[in-house]
Amino acid sequence: MATTPRPSTQRLWPRRGSLGGVAAVVGTLVILVVLWEGYKVLGKAAGGLVPFTEMRLRPPPDDRSMPHVWDIVSAMFEPARRRGEPLFTVLGSAALFTLREAFAGFVVGGLGGFGLGVWFVRSRLAERALLPYVVASQTVPILAIAPMVVIWGGRAGLPQWTAVAIIAAYLTFYPVTINTLRGLRSPAATATELMRSYAATDRQRLWKLQVPAALPYIFTALKISAAASVVGAIVGELPTGASDGLGRALLSYSQQFTAAPERLYATVVFCGLAGITFVAAVSLLERRLVNPGARQRIEAEAPGLMVAGAQA
Amino acid sequence: MTTATTAAVGAVGLGKVFEGTGRQRIEALQDIDLAIAPGEFVSLIGPSGCGKSTLLRLIGDLITPSSGSLVVNGKTPHQARLDRDYGMVFQQATLLEWRSVRRNVELPLELIELSKAERAARAEAMLDLVDLAEFADHQPWQLSGGMQQRVAIARALAFDPALLLMDEPFGALDEMTRERMQQEVLRIWSRTGKTVVFVTHSIPEAVFLSSRVMVMSARPGRISQVIEVGLGARRDDDTREDQRFYEAITEVREALRHRQGAVGGEPVREATS
Amino acid sequence: MTGWRRYLPPLLAFPAVIALWEVLVRAFGVESFVLARPSAIVSSFVANWRVIRSAGAATLIEAVGGLAVGVVLGVAAALAASRWAGVRRGLVPIATAASAMPIVAVAPIMNQWFTITSPVSKMMVVAVIVFFPVMINTVRGLSEVDPGQLELMQSLASPPRRILTGVRIPSAMPYFFSALKVASALALIGAIVAEYFGGPQDVLGQYIINRANLFAFPDAWAAILVASFIGIGLYLVVSAIERLVMPWHVSMRTGGPP
Repeated sequence: MATTPRPSTQRLWPRRGSLGGVAAVVGTLVILVVLWEGYKVLGKAAGGLVPFTEMRLRPPPDDRSMPHVWDIVSAMFEPARRRGEPLFTVLGSAALFTLREAFAGFVVGGLGGFGLGVWFVRSRLAERALLPYVVASQTVPILAIAPMVVIWGGRAGLPQWTAVAIIAAYLTFYPVTINTLRGLRSPAATATELMRSYAATDRQRLWKLQVPAALPYIFTALKISAAASVVGAIVGELPTGASDGLGRALLSYSQQFTAAPERLYATVVFCGLAGITFVAAVSLLERRLVNPGARQRIEAEAPGLMVAGAQA
Repeated sequence: MTTATTAAVGAVGLGKVFEGTGRQRIEALQDIDLAIAPGEFVSLIGPSGCGKSTLLRLIGDLITPSSGSLVVNGKTPHQARLDRDYGMVFQQATLLEWRSVRRNVELPLELIELSKAERAARAEAMLDLVDLAEFADHQPWQLSGGMQQRVAIARALAFDPALLLMDEPFGALDEMTRERMQQEVLRIWSRTGKTVVFVTHSIPEAVFLSSRVMVMSARPGRISQVIEVGLGARRDDDTREDQRFYEAITEVREALRHRQGAVGGEPVREATS
Repeated sequence: MTGWRRYLPPLLAFPAVIALWEVLVRAFGVESFVLARPSAIVSSFVANWRVIRSAGAATLIEAVGGLAVGVVLGVAAALAASRWAGVRRGLVPIATAASAMPIVAVAPIMNQWFTITSPVSKMMVVAVIVFFPVMINTVRGLSEVDPGQLELMQSLASPPRRILTGVRIPSAMPYFFSALKVASALALIGAIVAEYFGGPQDVLGQYIINRANLFAFPDAWAAILVASFIGIGLYLVVSAIERLVMPWHVSMRTGGPP
């Protein structure tokens, strides 16, 4: 357990929070802006056509389809409606609304998944009877049918935010269950023998050995789930009748696209920020609770686990 | 002469059978009689599959015997485990990587709900004993293999048990570190007066450390011969060049070879390791 | 215990569960908007077969088209990232951020760029979604090579091109295929979600939401069933390709990269 095999070749991810990491992010943002504006300049010079053909360029390089970056930024500080609040406060409160829904479901799904994992590891019978159904539950593409779930919930008398939270919970519980189970089983056989040699109770073994060993696995799942629950919440806000949230904002500003394309772009930026905020909050908690050696070991053991989540 | 009842560890007719799936049935140990006196240092040595780790785990009540009787510290092994009468050291240090060195040593003390101050004092003393006091606040992965194993020894001694069970504790270390660790264990043994049962693959290690070496044979696992080392209590690097050291090594080697020849030397996978 | 024997009891239990569901819904007179009867779903499936089939086909084309574009771009980016450190330094923060972001939000923008009525706009949403997992996993596969194999190739004075084709690409294959499996599931979900942002009506997403808006839930469930089957089908196709491309790996892989 104490041996920490390290990834064999070059370090893939820059050390987080390091100066180099910050520089890389800023540099990347600058490059993206330059690419965006550069494409517009060159595209316009080519008359909006693919060079040497009569085909129209996609995306069209005009200011309506691709507003200038500075126009998008300044639109955030202009009123969203005539003499109303500035766009960024409108979008900020929509993002908070969406995050609250996602968070409620995330907490319920996370606790439920953890509980199921603990139950399964303590009872072979429960695992054999229920785990196949837990796995089978994922054949329902909940993200794809999120709007239907909300309509369904509405017909059954559930408020919209509850239905959306249920979607987030459904997205969270599966990865958390599976990774909790894996993590609780991860201690080496000798570590389990060690606890037995101390005449530790089952409860002590669970809390002193298994749960700490499972934490890095659980956080891997939580980060995936956090991202997925924001997606689930946004998609769940799409059906007509939904009152608030980023999903609503996306639809209403895409209807205003002809008049004010910057607003749609600003909304997309806020969607991204909402997701990053949620995942970053989970990562911060992880850094407080999981020791760096363990985190690295898990990532080396299970390459690709990070991306295997329900990201859409 | 120590008898099975006054011994730190006593066994009469002890046997262990692993029931596998189907017709697989592995007789790991058969008819083991032994008596280890309090304060003695005994090594178990033998080929893979001779059941030496199984015997150690029976003493520790990590598994239960199929036949015969076993007494640890005058009690059943189960009671001895519940009374925390022994400490165990494995081939892997098995430190909990999320705990500092100090908190690893405190782990067994937390389980018996000792107060924080008592835990700290006890951990301090144990780390001092293995010469790692200044590394108390390091993380396990910052330590070399030998140091990690010393932490594991400190942890095993934390309860102040009468008995120390060691399962090839230096098997994963390089030769130089290994010899230093052997010296270290002897020092701790002479200072604490514990009874030690030590499983090893290495003949020089068994001879250098032990008062007695129990040579085991495989299929079924038995104790084929017991060799009195007779090197005296004080041992150091010079001991490794002692005439008696070589003689004892030869005795153990011949005992191993003899048994292998008699049984047929095909190595068998050890049931528990 | 083999996987097959482990999953046999629940498989046998499945028809029983369906039957119980049917009986309970009938016995307690549960309304169809709360819980649709399995028989109602099946009969809706039969009755609307033509509509569902053409909607399914349209969505499948969006998903597969987007998957192809995203995978090609993802692999190209991964090769560039493994060749030039600068590209890698630029792509890594983007990929990290993207894994936290709800990428479907770009759907209304794609509708504007590639015209809302064209399936290309949905394909592009799928392509962006698929791009990142494929790119990240392929970069990992290309860079996390057995150092022993690398040293062997270097000791043979192999040119970099030979190391790429001989060691890096083969060792990246399992990573690539595990990403492709994830991507195939994401592609279908992404296509359906993109459809919710508007466009032609003859697609699964619109069919599901329109029927749901009319509270015709058995119809919606029938379409969801089709979506699930398409998803499973895509997964099986990818697995079959994997088996063809790397027969040496599949047989011994039990707990490899997910």
